Amino acid sequence: MPNIKKYDAIVIGGGHNGLTAAAYLGRAGKKVLVLERRHVLGGAAVTEEVFPGFKFSVCSYVVSLMKSNVMRELMLPKFGLELLPLESTMTPLENDYLLRTADSDQTYREIARHSKKDAENYMRFGPAMGQIGMAVRPILETIAPNPIRPSFSDIIATKKILDHVKSLSSQQFEYLTKLMTMSSADFLDEWFEYEPLKATMSASGIIGTFMGPRSPGSAYVMLHHYMGDIDGAFRAWGFQRGGTGGVSMAIARSAKHFGVEIMTEASVQKVIVKNGRATGVVLDNGDEYNSNIVISGLDPKLTFLKMIDEIDLPSDFVSAIKNFRIRGSSGKVNLALDTLPNFSCLPGDGHHLRGAISISPSYDHLEKAYDDAKYGNFSEAPFMDIILPSVLDPDMAPPGKHVMSCFVQYAPYDINGGWNDQKREDFGDAVINTISRYAPNIKDIILHRQVLTPADLESTFGLTEGNIFHGELTLQQLFSLRPAVKWADYTTPIKNYFQCGSGTHPGGGITGSPGEMAAKKILGTL
Amino acid sequence: MIYENTYTANTQLKVSPFFERTSKLNESQEWRRWAGYLAATSYELTHENEYFAIRTKAGLLDITPLKKYIVEGPDSQQVLDRLVTRNIGICKVGQVMYTPWCDENGKVIDDGTVQRISENKFRITSAEPNLEWIESNSIGMNVVVKDDSFTTAALALQGPNSRAILNSISSKSLDSLKFFWMMETTFEDIPVSISRTGYTGDLGYEIWMEPNDALNVWDLLIDKGKPFGITPTGLHALDVARVEAGLILLDVDYISSRHALIESRKSSPYELGLGWAVKMKKGNFIGKQSLLRELDHKSGWSFVGIEIEWPEFEKHYRNVGLAPGLPSTAWRTSTPLYNQSEQVGYATSGTWSPILKRYIALAHIKSKYAKEGSELKFELKVEHFRKLTKATVVKTPFFDPERKRSCPT
Repeated sequence: MPNIKKYDAIVIGGGHNGLTAAAYLGRAGKKVLVLERRHVLGGAAVTEEVFPGFKFSVCSYVVSLMKSNVMRELMLPKFGLELLPLESTMTPLENDYLLRTADSDQTYREIARHSKKDAENYMRFGPAMGQIGMAVRPILETIAPNPIRPSFSDIIATKKILDHVKSLSSQQFEYLTKLMTMSSADFLDEWFEYEPLKATMSASGIIGTFMGPRSPGSAYVMLHHYMGDIDGAFRAWGFQRGGTGGVSMAIARSAKHFGVEIMTEASVQKVIVKNGRATGVVLDNGDEYNSNIVISGLDPKLTFLKMIDEIDLPSDFVSAIKNFRIRGSSGKVNLALDTLPNFSCLPGDGHHLRGAISISPSYDHLEKAYDDAKYGNFSEAPFMDIILPSVLDPDMAPPGKHVMSCFVQYAPYDINGGWNDQKREDFGDAVINTISRYAPNIKDIILHRQVLTPADLESTFGLTEGNIFHGELTLQQLFSLRPAVKWADYTTPIKNYFQCGSGTHPGGGITGSPGEMAAKKILGTL
Repeated sequence: MIYENTYTANTQLKVSPFFERTSKLNESQEWRRWAGYLAATSYELTHENEYFAIRTKAGLLDITPLKKYIVEGPDSQQVLDRLVTRNIGICKVGQVMYTPWCDENGKVIDDGTVQRISENKFRITSAEPNLEWIESNSIGMNVVVKDDSFTTAALALQGPNSRAILNSISSKSLDSLKFFWMMETTFEDIPVSISRTGYTGDLGYEIWMEPNDALNVWDLLIDKGKPFGITPTGLHALDVARVEAGLILLDVDYISSRHALIESRKSSPYELGLGWAVKMKKGNFIGKQSLLRELDHKSGWSFVGIEIEWPEFEKHYRNVGLAPGLPSTAWRTSTPLYNQSEQVGYATSGTWSPILKRYIALAHIKSKYAKEGSELKFELKVEHFRKLTKATVVKTPFFDPERKRSCPT
């Protein structure tokens, strides 16, 4: 039944970007409705009590790239944004470890224990990356211009970017070019020699992509992760109190404050298109909602290939979206623990448990893990980025108990024979076996485990092929090409139909940026 | 028991009865002087985690260096009422009042809390020594004034989990203990008194005990507090929290009238934003006549919160190719504030607020410019060059969570 009420805008998907777009539109006085398929808000930035008393940031687990103006303009601190510092990164090794902390002298000493040269270069590397981050951010913060048939504002934007590029120093330009073209391994080899350091740093170049550290293009992904900025400090990672769902809830509260209506368990089946123009949506239960514009926070595949009939889209666009690479490469294992894991390299409790724990002892470890995935298997010995949220925020688990979040790569979506319950458990076992090499007590302290394969990420969270970034962050699908040329400015070939998810510029991660920029674009066209 | 340097460290400064533990926990070995004591600057190499303990878990601070005095006797209420600006007559047994106290000219000497321990017994806390001041103002009165600074050890447990931690140890529940009230209880037979007070603007308590019991209390708190995220916390973290709470600090935000070299350095309670704590309806108190005159003539200066606006601040740094240069700790250097080109005030302490994501400061402003929403220019040094950047007068406390005052229902 068509609903009488008419909205200025309907947002499909209550993920953090959809909520951000909605909040900005609400803030501008628009009448907005957000429709979320699940019973909880947040999309992939969600906290759920998976086992009684044990709360998990089920998918996305850290915050770094959240834009400061979004925090400010949506008043997120007032609505519950509380980012605790993740102060260290530990790489456990068979008989040793590498620990980088918030204190630069301590980090220097620790790296120098392995390589004096690296320790000194490390001090230079951070600022160099920070400068590149500064150089790239104005580009990321610009609505990607259409280079094919530029409008006046596209020309202005292009000129701004060109002026900015011209202002870069030759050294910045050199690094930028290298980062855009090289593999993270090759890039880091120019700087460092200690294998565990290089491998751990290169790992941020493979997260969420179907590449190994030796694949060209992975250096850029590393840079993307370097642009994190919390409180002005580049490369700062934070943990949202109560899990990443807390970020989504803060945005949702802000949206409600600005008058946005939010409905959960409201699964949109189709966008209603009349004469090439979106006029509303129809839900799975047949309810219809009308609006002047419709915004999709879903990934490009769902936004265009599911929500819209192919017949309503230009054929070249359809093939561009079909070619958009969205291969899932990672899984997530969430553990409820009876007590803390005990790492043989650094036994007992300590600072090393309060940050990230990276299972990345060498390039070979990562590259072999990738090899498994290339040929259709999950990694026998995967790369992992682990955190213990309950150490930072005791409310995540019952007193004295702990939760452990393991981001695991690689787990290909297209696994040989397809994913099934047995494979999921085998994958979980491979993860636990790998951890137990470094923390032998892990098997004895697991109370519950939740294993999420790319297939689970797709079915539960609507991430096509289980890709955490709504499409890989590789150069051929960034900026003016994300998700497709001509349609990188949040508009789509359907009039009044817009996109605002991580599959748009500037891409994935908890940034709020696609949502914010989409809303600003929309407000500019209304 | 009286302690004084019971534990040995190679220092000329005093050490608190918790030193046995705090000295071993202090990984940075950074100490500040606080009233002649060694006080931990931060226990870890950086203070962020301790700050977030205050705001999201529970920070444990050794506040023994606070000056403490006991005023006891039939005339004790009268003495205190004459001494401070708040109305002690209405302070019930078990209640605590924050108050400044002034000299005859109505200029603030110090500020602290007054606890009514029993009908005729009070404890005063202060930043600086005040024994002589209290004694000389109780001559001829039937009271005994005792310096309690070395006979009582004190800890502050501040943060959202502080109540849960204390409830897991205390023989009596703290659920009904209201903001600025205190109670007597025991921790496994150790008598302690707990006041719901603090210097962080968060849910928090201060625990007062015999120095003999100090280590046992510390160990109990650390042990039982662990599942709640209890974190030994130093002064760097406290400094950020107290600015967010809009709480003033003697010798930083104001100078005691006792050692101000020139008149203009002194401040009245009105000039420090403490007008609410001056109770003119009560009987005579030290400084009342001068303060009455000030009320008639309006104070020339006001004390306000300001926010340094982000977009312009960021632009100053972008212009030189840098990311915004936020202070990593709270600062306490006097910083000029302008209206157009005229200097109309100065900020005395400021910090980036990690919880509010705002750059905030406390400032003395000529009253004419002190209205909420007034626009000012804050002096900033960017790459050695002075810049002026937009700042706005805002309400304090900057951070004021409901949990600070609420009780569980």
